[in-house]
Amino acid sequence: MSTGATARPLAVAVDPRAVRLRQSVVWVAAAVILVSLPHVFRTGAAVPVMNQMGIAVVFALSYNMLLGQGGMLSFGHAVYLGLGGFIAAHVLNLAGRSVVYVPVPLLPIVGGLAGLAFAILFGSFSTRRAGTVFAMISLGVAELLGASALILDRFFGGEEGITTNRAKAPLLLGLSLTRDRDIYYLIVFWVLLSALAMYAFSRTPVGRMANAVRDNPERAEFVGYSQRWVRYVSFCASGFFAGIAGGLFAVNYEILTAENMGLAASGTVLLMTFIGGVGSFAGPIVGAIVFTFLQSMLSDYTGVWLLYIGILFLATVLFAPMGLAGLVALHGPAWRARRIRRLVGPYLVTAGLGLIAAVGVIGLIELTHFVSTAATGATVKRLFWMRVSVATPWPWLAFAALAAGGAAGLRWAAPRAAAAFTSATAAAFGR
Amino acid sequence: MRTWTRLLLLVIVLAVVAGVPSHATPADPIRIAFVDPLSGPFAATGENGLNQFKYAADGINKAGGVLGRQLEIVGFDNKVSPQESLIQLKKVIGENIQFVFQGNSSGVAHAISDAVQKNNERDAANRILYLNYSAVDPALTNEKCQYWHFRFDAHSDMKMAALTDVIAANKSIKKVYIIGQDYSFGKAVAEAAVTMLGKKRPDIQIVGNELHPIGKVKDFSPYVQKIVAAGADTVITGNWGADMVGLAKAANDGGLKVPFYTYYAASDGITAAIGAAGIDRIRLVHETHPGNPNAPKALGDYITGYRKLHPQNDVNQPRINTGLNMLAQAIKRAGTTDVDKVAAALEGAEFTTLGGDHVVMRKEDHQLQMPVYISVHTNKNIKYDLDASGYGLSLEHKVEREKAMQPTTCKMQRPA
Amino acid sequence: MLQLVVFSLLNGLVYGMLLFMLSSGLTLIFGMMGVLNFAHASFYMLGAYFAYTLSQHLGFFPALLLAPVLVGLLGALVERHGLRRVHRFGHLAELIFTFGVAIVVGEIVQLVWGRPAKSYQVPAVLDVPLFRLWSSSFPAYKAFMLVIAILIFGFIFVVLTRTRAGLIIQASLTHPQMVAMLGHNVPRVFMIVFGIGSALAAVAGVIAGPVLGTFPGMAEVLGSIVFVVVVIGGLGSVTGAFVASLLIGIVQTFAVALNGSFGDALLAVGVPESASGPLHDVWKVTVAQVAPVLPYVLLVAMLIVRPTGLFGTRET
Repeated sequence: MSTGATARPLAVAVDPRAVRLRQSVVWVAAAVILVSLPHVFRTGAAVPVMNQMGIAVVFALSYNMLLGQGGMLSFGHAVYLGLGGFIAAHVLNLAGRSVVYVPVPLLPIVGGLAGLAFAILFGSFSTRRAGTVFAMISLGVAELLGASALILDRFFGGEEGITTNRAKAPLLLGLSLTRDRDIYYLIVFWVLLSALAMYAFSRTPVGRMANAVRDNPERAEFVGYSQRWVRYVSFCASGFFAGIAGGLFAVNYEILTAENMGLAASGTVLLMTFIGGVGSFAGPIVGAIVFTFLQSMLSDYTGVWLLYIGILFLATVLFAPMGLAGLVALHGPAWRARRIRRLVGPYLVTAGLGLIAAVGVIGLIELTHFVSTAATGATVKRLFWMRVSVATPWPWLAFAALAAGGAAGLRWAAPRAAAAFTSATAAAFGR
Repeated sequence: MRTWTRLLLLVIVLAVVAGVPSHATPADPIRIAFVDPLSGPFAATGENGLNQFKYAADGINKAGGVLGRQLEIVGFDNKVSPQESLIQLKKVIGENIQFVFQGNSSGVAHAISDAVQKNNERDAANRILYLNYSAVDPALTNEKCQYWHFRFDAHSDMKMAALTDVIAANKSIKKVYIIGQDYSFGKAVAEAAVTMLGKKRPDIQIVGNELHPIGKVKDFSPYVQKIVAAGADTVITGNWGADMVGLAKAANDGGLKVPFYTYYAASDGITAAIGAAGIDRIRLVHETHPGNPNAPKALGDYITGYRKLHPQNDVNQPRINTGLNMLAQAIKRAGTTDVDKVAAALEGAEFTTLGGDHVVMRKEDHQLQMPVYISVHTNKNIKYDLDASGYGLSLEHKVEREKAMQPTTCKMQRPA
Repeated sequence: MLQLVVFSLLNGLVYGMLLFMLSSGLTLIFGMMGVLNFAHASFYMLGAYFAYTLSQHLGFFPALLLAPVLVGLLGALVERHGLRRVHRFGHLAELIFTFGVAIVVGEIVQLVWGRPAKSYQVPAVLDVPLFRLWSSSFPAYKAFMLVIAILIFGFIFVVLTRTRAGLIIQASLTHPQMVAMLGHNVPRVFMIVFGIGSALAAVAGVIAGPVLGTFPGMAEVLGSIVFVVVVIGGLGSVTGAFVASLLIGIVQTFAVALNGSFGDALLAVGVPESASGPLHDVWKVTVAQVAPVLPYVLLVAMLIVRPTGLFGTRET
């Protein structure tokens, strides 16, 4: 990036070939790590969760083509994942009965084309305008499709949805795809391919113009691009990749239901993209991984997991509105200026105090939850590897003290950490 | 900078996945998964179910456990979503748990049944058993039956047969209105009601057969107006949860004072919400003695013990105790927790429930054969009330097991 | 038949007025601050729960007054200490913030009041039929709901058009910078409007709780319908919200009341029924089944034909 180049203290002209080389190293490294992951995490639940993450990554990246790159807030992106998935599931069923020849590894393409077809249809009237009008049309389309899925029983299967069986479809090159681990490699292949394609799209003239239309539609028109056309093209591309995610979904879960297209599913992708950060290509990837992990794992540990997710949103919006990836990217200049070491101290102190406050707050929430749901007479709760007696005031006081102390400490430490960051960044820019 | 973010991204992936819990070592207790909603709009039902499972397991553990091991119930939150259920099911398999109980929503049940069947076909080393304690779509033990699924509740056709018997015997009923939620269970109820009434009382007129979206109707008044306008003198509904509360409240407001024949109009706040308006008007079909009047002693003690632990909750699913005990008994008989052997031991197994009923797990379709009860909502002679409201259910009619039996179309595929 | 028409009209009015109480606050917030406030229904739920607890100690009518005041204050606090901080990060951040508030409120309600539905009942005075017509009765409580909603509409209308504060609010809707230039504290106007909007939602909760049920999912059940009302009526237009609420209330109620399916309609124009094929379901779909979908059809059609809504003056 050019800003990165000028920000270097010793400005060496950046060789474009070196940039390209560095980029391909990252992609290859990502591929190697992804392929080796199942050998690192051998527990039973790891592979299914990673499969889920892979699908979420493709979906969130496709969503960010709209939101981050095109500035279009959609409440109905799951429609394209859902429709792509439903059509892929039907095609898989036909393939299982040998009506058509489509091997499982190519099924995501079917989903992608279906997503594209519906994006062409719905995009034709919804991308005429941006802003609230676009957002509200997407909401209306999502509700319409979600409700018709329950009415049009034949195609959508009602509340039970459509089930399919990947083991019955023809094989490609004799590769058997029944176990979750086999599907993992298939998903990795499609995640890498789709991510590369979406990255490449963002570098095409249309991809660049999407940014321009997002920031200043009038000026984009002066350059000679129809803003409506640019939005439409981004929308269709985004629908295509959402459909690929839908195809992967059909292969992985072998079931599609109306809720895949519902408003809740669309809301989820918006939230994960935002948490990761809409400003960078990596943001949605981070968001999809973190969010999927929390969503499927937190409920094993606590009954009020949704409360923690809500608090996480509030904290992200209030303290890191640029998202997790954005937060990391902010430290780029300081890192390159080799000033990052000065931040370690203040950050560790702040994080420690934050952890103390979090332990206090989590303790209080868990105690309250225990009191409101546990059986009468049960007074002992296991919390943080301790046994806590909720009948006495001490644990309550202790957690309250931790929360208050941590919060007070944060009030002291956070401005100092921020100041350290500002000075390190300023140093990077030679000021 | 870009390289740097991407590297960090990979580190995050590694860190996050490393956090995936790894307790795959076989623990000492026999672990049993409970996959049902523990958060969201239906959490009240799921949480009460989990508590009843834990209570039933305590009873078994106090009596010495199973094969010298204790039973441990592990809750998995499926958010009543078929998709989320499959994710949780994969976690269950990953944690080496072999027995899965689920009950809320037939839509979820179909998804789990299908996934369990595929898993057991593909991975004979990690088979699991699906024990359904509440999802009553008849299809699960008929055209969609499969070997690894066992049901411990009477399916909706068995219940409808009992309801229509009672309706047929009441000569004052002339015009029936059927209303239900628009999904497999609601449709199964409507279809069974029409066919069975047509056979038993061809003179009864079905004046309305309505399906409404599940969980989306805010105000039931328009539906109630339609029932009134149709001149119905009786209503049949399979509604549950908020849809049942809403329908009952709107009926009360709109002056619809006709009898209701229901599946789920009790507990989880519904009994309290209906209150005085439902006295002698709302009837319910279910699978165990309602506890009033003259509860069998074992059932009475069981309810009292549970209410001591959870004063705000009810024993609304005694079949949970039946299901868990039948599983424990099958594990004992098999002498192992091996799924193939336990499934074989469950086929044809017999058991005497808390209510004193003798029940049999039919081999042909894995549907528990049991008597069916019809009770009425009242506040007279209520020893065991519901929702701590003073109102409860009182027994009116019992259909014995032999009469409640329904034929099955199941062609069970047994593993070789 | 006449009975069905009369009572459907009445029920449609009641439902529409309930929608209006929810959307009147939302349209001001949306129109003024541009915030898609996903937490609005949470304030409605809080209103019902607060009133449930208060009415057990003080009775229904004091609760009707007190609960909205408390919720309004809470709303103002959320605006002052949350939304205002997020404001500078843009509308998307504000939207995510209200998402977070909705989740947190939903969970806290379950922690405090528990998960099963609460038995929040209509006060005994109003728990009588107002009149009986043919074989149906119309409860006095629903008439009371209508009266409250009309009073609220009158109140907002007078405040917005006849008072100085109302004129400032109206001016802030369209020209916030100009209003600030003139020396008015625009952030404070935002806070007050947000507080009043939340209080209005709470009023809806207080009076709808006993009829539609008081349970943790009551905000979720409401869903996105209030946004539909606001957009169809036109952003920031209270009159528009009023008309759109009544329109949607009555259309939905009548759609439920009607019998008949698309198959019947198609048959009437000479298209024979097709017994097979994936489109067979279309023939069986009844008007009642599509009733919940109709508002969204209206929404999409309205945005395509007239993006400003019925009474709105701008698109975003």
